[in-house]
Amino acid sequence: MSATALATPPPAPGAPLTKKALVADHPTWCPGCGDFAVLASFYRVLEKLNYPHEKIVTFAGIGCSSRFPYFVNTHGGHFIHGRALPFAAGISLGNDDLHVFVFGGDGDGFSIGGNHLVHTARKNVNLTYVIMDNSVYGLTKKQTSPTSPLGFKSKTDPWGAIDQPINPMRTLLNSGATFVARSHATQVNHMTDMMLRAAKHPGFSVVEILSECVEFFEGAFDAANPRKGGAWNLVDEKKHDGTPEDASRHDITDEVAAFKLAQQAWPGSFGVFYENNTRKTKNVLEHDLIAKAKEKTKNASDLQVLQSTFARLR
Amino acid sequence: MVSPNSPETPGSAASASGSPRAIQDVVIRLAGNSQDGIQSVGGFLARLAGRSDQDIMTYMTIPSTISGGPSIFQVRMGTGDVLSAGDRADMLVAFYQHSYDAHIGSLRPGGVLVYDSDQVTPAADDNRFTNVAVPITTATVEAVGGTSKDKGKNIFILGLIARVFDLDVAKLSALIKERFGGKDESIVRNSMLAFDAGYAWPQNNLRDLFYRFEAVDRQRASSGRPQVTLDGNTAIAYGLIAAGVRHGAGYPITPWSSIMETLRVEFPKYGGIFVQCEDEIASISTAIGFSYTGQLAITGSSGPGLSLKMEALGWATMAEIPLIVVNVQRGGPSTGMPTNVEQSDLMQAIYGSHGDTPRVVIAPKNVEDCFYVAIEACRIAREYSTPVIILTDMGLSSRIEAFDEPDLPKLMVDPKADLSERGTDFKPYPLDKITRHAPPGARIASGKYPTVTGLEHDELGHPTGSPKLHTQMTAKRRDKIKKLAASLPAPEFNGDSSGEVLLVTWGSSWGPGLEALGRIRKVGVKAGHLHLRHIHPLPNGLEDSFKRFHKIVVAELNDEGLYGYGQLAMMLRARYANPSIVSVTKTDGLTFKVSELVAGVAKHIESTELDAALGVSRKSALATS
Repeated sequence: MSATALATPPPAPGAPLTKKALVADHPTWCPGCGDFAVLASFYRVLEKLNYPHEKIVTFAGIGCSSRFPYFVNTHGGHFIHGRALPFAAGISLGNDDLHVFVFGGDGDGFSIGGNHLVHTARKNVNLTYVIMDNSVYGLTKKQTSPTSPLGFKSKTDPWGAIDQPINPMRTLLNSGATFVARSHATQVNHMTDMMLRAAKHPGFSVVEILSECVEFFEGAFDAANPRKGGAWNLVDEKKHDGTPEDASRHDITDEVAAFKLAQQAWPGSFGVFYENNTRKTKNVLEHDLIAKAKEKTKNASDLQVLQSTFARLR
Repeated sequence: MVSPNSPETPGSAASASGSPRAIQDVVIRLAGNSQDGIQSVGGFLARLAGRSDQDIMTYMTIPSTISGGPSIFQVRMGTGDVLSAGDRADMLVAFYQHSYDAHIGSLRPGGVLVYDSDQVTPAADDNRFTNVAVPITTATVEAVGGTSKDKGKNIFILGLIARVFDLDVAKLSALIKERFGGKDESIVRNSMLAFDAGYAWPQNNLRDLFYRFEAVDRQRASSGRPQVTLDGNTAIAYGLIAAGVRHGAGYPITPWSSIMETLRVEFPKYGGIFVQCEDEIASISTAIGFSYTGQLAITGSSGPGLSLKMEALGWATMAEIPLIVVNVQRGGPSTGMPTNVEQSDLMQAIYGSHGDTPRVVIAPKNVEDCFYVAIEACRIAREYSTPVIILTDMGLSSRIEAFDEPDLPKLMVDPKADLSERGTDFKPYPLDKITRHAPPGARIASGKYPTVTGLEHDELGHPTGSPKLHTQMTAKRRDKIKKLAASLPAPEFNGDSSGEVLLVTWGSSWGPGLEALGRIRKVGVKAGHLHLRHIHPLPNGLEDSFKRFHKIVVAELNDEGLYGYGQLAMMLRARYANPSIVSVTKTDGLTFKVSELVAGVAKHIESTELDAALGVSRKSALATS
């Protein structure tokens, strides 16, 4: 019997996507790493979305969390440090049928890739970005990260971090991301819900997930973990049900209110901070340009268009 | 007017006063300010060349493009093949005093100085030239009238040139009407008024400065297709479109930007997208992302921008993703001389990035070749699943040339991505074959989806630390490029197949190189000219050509470096271990003059004929340095 015959037969086209079909290499993360839970949640998200298997793309930059795509059996891969977003923008704009997920850490997203985060958000490229924030450089063994709190002792700040950390939610809102949510790796159901909503959002959706590095920053997010005595504060979303108590709830389309949530003291709230479904995606805007151009050329073939261009160069 | 640019020009002796003298070739330099529209005069002359039975060819350089500053262009018209910009001008048109001051040195003694007598006072004691005072400003204002001030001086001069050189007025008028036809009617009318005034001026004011281009038998096979007129950057852009490229990304930098601007506007007509990114790194990343979806994409830049792209380029080599990277070279390092030409990115193009990154580098030789190099680059990128760098330069990017319209129906490539299902044995990185990626959207029959990665990987794309696999995969990436080398045609070879000296050129130095070969052989030196289009990998068999010459002189626009050799010469010496390989280099930001190449060759060989032709003695610094 050949090795191929022994292998699990692939699911027939149209069969529901199961975790079994989605599992790939065994994760290389340290035991106890928060990223395992994010991965487990992501399998559930993909099961629920049930997209055609071949149309899912999972990509990442560089870092511990960026190993993610090797553990998910979809088209995907591993780009260079900090640049996964522009790469994924090429994928999303290159083929609108695809469902593009990008995974990365706080260093990848907020430090080396900070410029790309701002511009991919501003352009509202249709893709979902999950930032697994552990507030430390883990793969390179404990240096200060852009989200490390003041006073955090690392190998590059043995006396405690002195540089003001980034406020991820405020940064994301300010960049113009059209879906901004926050979650915690110990809350699997919440994470799943956030990633699911992000995936369904048309445009640039981002979920920041606090995911503890047990090796280099143990207990970083205990303040938001009830099992460790912390406070798990959910965003109380407006239901638009006309009740008096609804008036004080958070309107996710209200950008100013979202900024107020982002300004809360640590550990802050978790949930959807902001969603804007009125801004067109870059994907749609580019296709509008194509439609206009095609209208002008009266849907001429590529050859005809180029021939008429050369005729003008005579 | 005997042009120094084609000393062999026959029959150019002065004819009877008043009747036109026959010439084969003339170099005209126009110097003014960039808002005067003197480049558009070049554009008109170039397009006239494309449409003309007289077979006039033009060759334009725009050394500076900063708005409001001094600007020049030089156009060389000839009835033979025009291969270089011309070493010195036969006619200088100076619009301002500063134009005169800066450019009078470029006019050959005996040449014609046309100056705006409203603006310029030429040196009274300088009688080297035939000075022609033309009140360009007042004549234009008088002709056009109204409130248009001196707008139209360029068209006035175009009219004057048309009269002096007996150009086809009907065709020029048609071009002016086409150019301005979309605008206000008064603009066409004013332009024609200025043109007519310029055309009429010499009749009453010049006695014997009339010329006519000789009809010569071109002996050039006609394709039967009309001529088209465009610059090198535009030729690359349309070459990419013909080759089926529909996606790309870039960031503004001179002189690359015009490719990006063209593609941004053109791609949507073909259903494609060109993205202007936040920086150079994002633009190559986005382009690789496009390519990953199965549609070959393009990014590009100029020197410093290419440096920024290097890490991602290394990824594309490792992950074996096809990609086109255009690098329009300029003077470097750093911001350097952004509107001048240099060929100093060669080593960066070949060896930049980190680790062992075998990749492909091709350089176009003229504007027409920009179109075909783009097509070839795309074929190679797809066939070998590799990044390909098109190494062009500032000398080609803005130069306008006329050439036969490409046979588009034959050349067009279907851009469609292959999303067909891949069989159960699909592997993205098979050790025994060239990588053929399955883009996202393609089902994989085994249900095992591939990862593409910058980590060293096994045949399925999974990370590996195996010493054996790293060795094998490094060889896989290298061997496919060697396979390409074996498939490359022999490079262009001109002149004697063996002899005293072989002149080697690459990129835009092709034309001056070929012209220099003519001069060198004319004085009796046995010489050849080899032009390298494929810079990396080099085609096989070059050592045999090199062996047949005493000296191999490599001409390139970069510095001789710490060891006395230009970048290509350095590489050829390393590759062929041939001590006869020597260099001619320069870094003045200008294309090679033919005379510089001839002198450069003379420096390296002992030839009394060449020395005599150049007027140098062996004791001179030129010959012995």
